Amino acid sequence: MSEDRQIVLRLNGITKRFGPLVANDRISLTLERGKVLALLGENGAGKTTLMNILFGHYVADEGDIEIFGRRLEPGSPKEAIAAGIGMVHQHFTLADNMTVIDNIVLGTEPLFALHQNLAAARRKINDLAREFGLHVDPDAKISRLAVGERQRVEILKALYRGARILILDEPTAVLTPQETEALFATLRGMVARGLSVIFISHKLNEVMAIADEIAVLRHGRLVARRPRAGAGKEEIAAIMLGKEIPEPKRTPMPAGAERLRLDGIAVSGENGSGLHDIALSLRAHEIIGIAGVSGNGQSLLADLISGLIRPDAGSMTVNGQPFSEFTPRRAIAAGIGRIPEDRHATGVIGDLQIQENLILEQCRSPRFSAFGWLKGRAIARHAQQLIERFDIRGAAPTTLTRTLSGGNMQKVILARVLEIAPKVILANQPTRGLDVGAATYVHEQLLHARANGAGIILISEDLEELMTVSDAIAVMYRGRLSAPIPAEQITVEKLGGLMAGHGFGEGAQEEAGHAA
Amino acid sequence: MRLEARHDIPLWMSAVAPALAVLAAMILCSALILWAGFSPFLAYAALIKGGFGSVFALSETLVRATPLILTGLAAAIAFRAKLWNIGAEGQLYAGALAATFFGTGMITLPPVLMIPFLFAVGAVAGGLLLLVPALLKAHLRVDEVVTTLLLNFIVLLFVNYLLFGPWKDPMAMGWPQGRPIVDEGVLPNILAKTRLHAGLFFAIAAAIAAWALMRFGVLGLEIRATGHNPEAARFAGIPITATTLKTALISGGLAAAAGVTEVAGTKGYLTLDISPGFGYTGIAVAMLAGLHPLGVIAAALFIAGIYNGADAMSRAIGVSNYIADVLTATSLLLVLLAMMLTRYRLRRG
Amino acid sequence: MDFLDIFLTVGFWAATVRMATPLIFGTLGELICERAGVLNLGIEGIMTMGAMVAWMWVYQGGDLWTGILVAALLGAAIGILHSGFSVYMGLSQHVTGIGITLLSMSLSYFSFRMLLPGISTPPKITPFAPWPVPGLSEIPVIGEALFTQTPLTYLAFLAIPAVAWLLYRTPIGLAVRTVGENPMAVEAQGINVFHLRTGAVAVGSALMAVGGAFLTVSVFDAFYFDMVNGRGWISIALVIFASWHPGKALLGALLFAAFDALQIRVQQASDIAIPYQFFLMMPYVMSILALIVMSRRAAYPKALLTPFRRGER
Repeated sequence: MSEDRQIVLRLNGITKRFGPLVANDRISLTLERGKVLALLGENGAGKTTLMNILFGHYVADEGDIEIFGRRLEPGSPKEAIAAGIGMVHQHFTLADNMTVIDNIVLGTEPLFALHQNLAAARRKINDLAREFGLHVDPDAKISRLAVGERQRVEILKALYRGARILILDEPTAVLTPQETEALFATLRGMVARGLSVIFISHKLNEVMAIADEIAVLRHGRLVARRPRAGAGKEEIAAIMLGKEIPEPKRTPMPAGAERLRLDGIAVSGENGSGLHDIALSLRAHEIIGIAGVSGNGQSLLADLISGLIRPDAGSMTVNGQPFSEFTPRRAIAAGIGRIPEDRHATGVIGDLQIQENLILEQCRSPRFSAFGWLKGRAIARHAQQLIERFDIRGAAPTTLTRTLSGGNMQKVILARVLEIAPKVILANQPTRGLDVGAATYVHEQLLHARANGAGIILISEDLEELMTVSDAIAVMYRGRLSAPIPAEQITVEKLGGLMAGHGFGEGAQEEAGHAA
Repeated sequence: MRLEARHDIPLWMSAVAPALAVLAAMILCSALILWAGFSPFLAYAALIKGGFGSVFALSETLVRATPLILTGLAAAIAFRAKLWNIGAEGQLYAGALAATFFGTGMITLPPVLMIPFLFAVGAVAGGLLLLVPALLKAHLRVDEVVTTLLLNFIVLLFVNYLLFGPWKDPMAMGWPQGRPIVDEGVLPNILAKTRLHAGLFFAIAAAIAAWALMRFGVLGLEIRATGHNPEAARFAGIPITATTLKTALISGGLAAAAGVTEVAGTKGYLTLDISPGFGYTGIAVAMLAGLHPLGVIAAALFIAGIYNGADAMSRAIGVSNYIADVLTATSLLLVLLAMMLTRYRLRRG
Repeated sequence: MDFLDIFLTVGFWAATVRMATPLIFGTLGELICERAGVLNLGIEGIMTMGAMVAWMWVYQGGDLWTGILVAALLGAAIGILHSGFSVYMGLSQHVTGIGITLLSMSLSYFSFRMLLPGISTPPKITPFAPWPVPGLSEIPVIGEALFTQTPLTYLAFLAIPAVAWLLYRTPIGLAVRTVGENPMAVEAQGINVFHLRTGAVAVGSALMAVGGAFLTVSVFDAFYFDMVNGRGWISIALVIFASWHPGKALLGALLFAAFDALQIRVQQASDIAIPYQFFLMMPYVMSILALIVMSRRAAYPKALLTPFRRGER
């Protein structure tokens, strides 16, 4: 039985600070051979930091790591790989313009060797793919692969290098429920062969389904460690959040006038992506959730409604008025409030002050400028009011926006959007990366805007979020949008089926077959 | 080793860092002076004396600083918008060409009108010259660094052609130079027995105007937003193409104004060497100033002093005056490094 | 002499091949840097430095080939300095590149003046002699144009397949191409991004310096200020023209060298009425035109200009 209890990995007192923030606070953990350890915790709890230390992206300020009884040299992914660790990063680390085989063999041969043995590599990849059920064409370009396939390449990369301990960082975030099942089957196959797995997640249901043991992180500390067997879901959730945060209740509300209408919208995209024949009607006092695996056209749909791209065909109507000139400025003028997917890249400009970000959409309006000059006092007063109203912490009007936490940065964007009392709100992944408290605040604000008569489109990959706040949910699959399902008829199974493409027209299925 | 962003940057740090960088550059360059067989102390003393040590030295430094303020502003404003205008040299000559074209007898107005008119036509010429690469960048994604650099060569060859050909002044005894600017267009002298001319006032006024625009103007906000994060700026409805093009007109116009001050002020006529690399040195001026328009005045004075001082030192001691170029380039690189270290701290891991 | 006659002279073709040499070295050097994700605007200064150093080495009694080696080593050293700023510190590649060019140029001029004070006419050295390839140089026309060149020209033409092979057929080439696309992919496979990029910039810069050295120890016999004359900038345009492929770089270099060769001959032909300055402009104008044609569909290495910072996504 000693074989079964073999400890393969030991973290001793790992501490990591980023400036004033303690991301990991004296964390000690062990992992056993052939076991799945789930690292559970909400966004910002320090899970990824801990794994980045293990894989050598970071060096811990204190503490050390033992793998198979030997001390691991810190700060070197090369050493980590050699010691038998493989990591599937949340943001894939693949070069899109290159082939699967290129991505896998990179760094496996001596750098200054005079030639590459690609034939042997191809054989080995095919063998591994067969053994673990990770089918993928070694000669395909990464850019041609679907998200699920890319994840398989990432896992193959680790297996190809003989990983004995596999770290997966939020692997299910990009998968359909069915694909998640397939991934779990692969993981079970791995632990049966004696590999060990660390599974990072903030989703309790998945953790309960796959883990042998659960470790919970909160604010950088390891707060609990339990065998899965016998652990209660409610108990774990309470430990993870530390306190009870009541999720706002969506009260049914009669829908009002039509706020946004899309008819036969088509947008062309690279190799078969794009939008096809999108139709949607959004009314006042209504939140329509848009579900789907990422990369199925949600970004294009969001860009279209934000006024960033124009459709090749079809029409858009906002508040009864035809919307024909697709520019961000026109979208703002038409009363569309836009919360972008990536707050750092598109939402705010980190190197500008908070007050400047708050008026950026309105900087030419007479409220904030005259004859080309900014009205400094009006701008500062405006910022002060919004900072108070939206409770933006640690902020003065002149604070640089990049110094804010993710949640407070999102509040700046919410303030900018809601301040104009928009008729339509497009919220694209508004709670991504936020902790539960901040996410709840966003939901409250969206529901509040709904009560005030806005129509809201909420794009999210988080089904729980969608099911909490949406009046109806539509699914995107390969650039098509299903009819919205009313909240009371929604089940996870139904959504999962649609997300995998079942129930979409012939055309979509054909394209799916073609791309695969 | 990795870099970690600092959250609160102490004010003294951002003020002291460039000065420290310049000091470090001087220490590094003293190795070259030692290599040349001279005492760095004597050499630097001669350099400072030659650049700032007398009324005449100061006046010469101000004369040289005048075009550097303008090319420095051209770089500072363009770089704020992340429009990499390395073509100030060409734009300077474009301004000089326009001033020569209109100012050597074609049009004559009273001085109060003539001088602004020459600045205006010069600025338009320079602005249009930079508009071409800016349009190519905005619409065809052509990298503006390479196009602006290449345009410098083209403009200089064009000037060369004009001065050896159709525009050659027959009264200049065979020298390749343009005809003199009419008296009404000449920038008045502002200090007797020196070459100091009213171009300096124009340059300082331009710096103040540029500062006000960047700080209080809507366009300034749009330029900064576009430069820091074009994607977010576009999302927020800022017309980034139009902003880039406006930036190009302003930046090109400022660089061209430097050509006007040289032709209508310092020299009085167009030659092939009215600019000993003012366009390129302007980049160093802008970086030394941290892209701050008012800082540009100080940085231009400092660099002009180094160049004039190096000339004097080279005559007095014999260290090649190219030490000024080395010192400027070293300062540029070290200031970049110093500003980086005020924003980030180095950390193990 | 008629315009068309120029194309019929062997001398024109020989000059084209000769003048392509510095452009090939410069373009290959820049291409390696950019493939690794680093725009090297230091190229103009590094070429100047190479030209000055190789010439000075030979002038002080050194051997021609050692002069080339010294230029290459110094070029690599400047490349490493450039990496210090652009790769390790992650500073703007535009500004640091210009800074490196200003620094290398001024250092070259300063050193030249310090080592040879008070010289008005540039002194001369004995440069590389043409080295006819036995047998091949006997072929009429082609032999004289292609196979009666100086050794560095042969080296440049051999460097093209060598760089192509290195980039596409070896593990280090795969790593360099990948780091220019997504540095995180390289980091996650256990290769140090900083070392890799620095190595690429050093090798690329060494090639640039050799390209500059060719000017003073092969084609001319003296060092003049400003003699690189924008060849570095043109090389950057050629990299885009070649869509980052070594083979296509050869084509571009030959095309531009032909303009160079043509321009000299047109200047000498008295009966062509166009002022010579306009012929001198041609390579620059052509570079801009080439950029306009190629840029829209240019497949830039994705991570070009993006500094890599550990632990940032």
